[in-house]
Amino acid sequence: MLSGLFSGFMVDTWLQASVMAVVAGAVGFFVVLRGSSFAAHAIPQGAFTGAAGAALIGANTLVGVGTFSLLGVVAIARWGRRGQHDVVTALCLVTVLGIGSLFLSMNTEYSEQTFSLLFGEPLAVSSSDLLPTALLGAGCITMVVVLFRPLMLSSVAPELAAARGIRPARIELLFLLSVGVATTMALPVVGALLVFSLMIGPPATARFVTDRPALAMAVSGALGLITVWVSITASFWSNWPIGFFVGTFAVVWYATGRSLARWRRKPGPVLPLELAGAGSR
Amino acid sequence: MSILHAIFQPGLFSNSSVQDAAVVGAVVALVCAPVGVFTVVRGQSFAGHAFADVTATGGSAAFLLGVSPLLGFVVMALAGAGATELLGAERQRGRDLATGVLLGAGLGLSALLLYLTTTAQSTTGAAVTVLFGSIFAVSSSTLPMVIGFGATALFLVGLVYRPLLLSSINPDLARAQGAGLRVVGLVYVVSLALSVALSALTIGAILSTALLIGPAAAALRLAKSPGRAIACAAVIGVAATWAGIVLAYDSYNWPPAQQGWPVSFFVVSLVLAAYLLAQLTGRRARQA
Repeated sequence: MLSGLFSGFMVDTWLQASVMAVVAGAVGFFVVLRGSSFAAHAIPQGAFTGAAGAALIGANTLVGVGTFSLLGVVAIARWGRRGQHDVVTALCLVTVLGIGSLFLSMNTEYSEQTFSLLFGEPLAVSSSDLLPTALLGAGCITMVVVLFRPLMLSSVAPELAAARGIRPARIELLFLLSVGVATTMALPVVGALLVFSLMIGPPATARFVTDRPALAMAVSGALGLITVWVSITASFWSNWPIGFFVGTFAVVWYATGRSLARWRRKPGPVLPLELAGAGSR
Repeated sequence: MSILHAIFQPGLFSNSSVQDAAVVGAVVALVCAPVGVFTVVRGQSFAGHAFADVTATGGSAAFLLGVSPLLGFVVMALAGAGATELLGAERQRGRDLATGVLLGAGLGLSALLLYLTTTAQSTTGAAVTVLFGSIFAVSSSTLPMVIGFGATALFLVGLVYRPLLLSSINPDLARAQGAGLRVVGLVYVVSLALSVALSALTIGAILSTALLIGPAAAALRLAKSPGRAIACAAVIGVAATWAGIVLAYDSYNWPPAQQGWPVSFFVVSLVLAAYLLAQLTGRRARQA
């Protein structure tokens, strides 16, 4: 059944998926910490339209997804600072999705393509995408590592960060950029609708497990990796959509983490202030 | 006359699926107006959006079982509402995460159900219908159900209108008065779930937020009182849906494929346009 799981083109899939999983886990840690679930939800769904548009004009999916992720990042960074954040994001997002459905309806291959863009297709990656994926992943990880402390500080203690001359708007933009990069890598594999699960499930669980930011990030990356590995294997074996496994894993992790925290009689996720102490140490 | 003829093309008013679509669109827009206004005022857009995504699971299951998608949407939206109430009672942030994780599971499950539908019935359109909607495909036998659920949602909102308004605008005062805040919240969530399900039937599960939140958000920029905002939202919603239906009907003659553009695309774009216009007008009015 599983023969062929590691053969030829599947190696590319494994490599790219692994890089993507680690990046999503690391970036997701800050998504959870900053409470930016809406952005992490919106950017992938908007990027779906990029993928649909790329399919329509016959361009590379990665380019389409990347462009629209970037547009999403800029849009959220621009409008996010005013009030009414949620409404504008939701409306723009839905309109962009509507345009995506228009693109798909103009395309002849329609249904099957819709399905894999929304719910993932582990075989969607091609070997020519390997280098860009690796570069994007390395860039994103470097950015997260370099920005770790200022990002941490501005996430948990904005006033303190401002006092130290960290500009919140710039940090927010860089953070959103990293979400955009993670989206670009993850979308073709796990699907536009499930990137969010991958970005939220593991880090949300990690915060139940440990109070230490660096460790939490590592746990989150590891859980992301396990999720993606097992999901690809299961999807390959059963032929079921990979998105199903990714979504299910996120819930299993989260529920496990939650009951673990309850069992240890901890009052849920750590308070931001405790993390602030750890971050500025 | 010729322009009118180009907009309202021959056969538009006599086409039975257009007629059904117009009724469904109007009912849904009317229901979404009050619920949407409360959703925006309460800052619950994310919850509305989450329900919408989770309803996709219900729609997919309905396709697999061969029952009306609306039933699936409603059941799943209500289940989602119950689950979010149960899971995240403590803090806002934890609640968002719990919602998000559940939402992902719902979408993953709908992926599986749609896949099974495709393999079992060798039909391929289910994913598009569930996620992006097709109001022209709503069968006339679903109409009574649409009206029934719509009326229920409106009745529920009407029932708790005053306390809901108070708790939305001034939660502290409402808490001080203490009159069954939890019940009010629960009734609101049920009506939200029903509206999301109806909206999902009209323009698709993942687009349904537009009809719920868009007209309401636009109306809140224009109108001063809650009552007027609801009326205004209803007008905007009905106008956007009907205009979307007309445009989609016209688009059968448009490039590239002459097969019609999706109704949902038009509705969603029109709603966004209405919102942006309202914001512009609202700002100008404030400056003057």
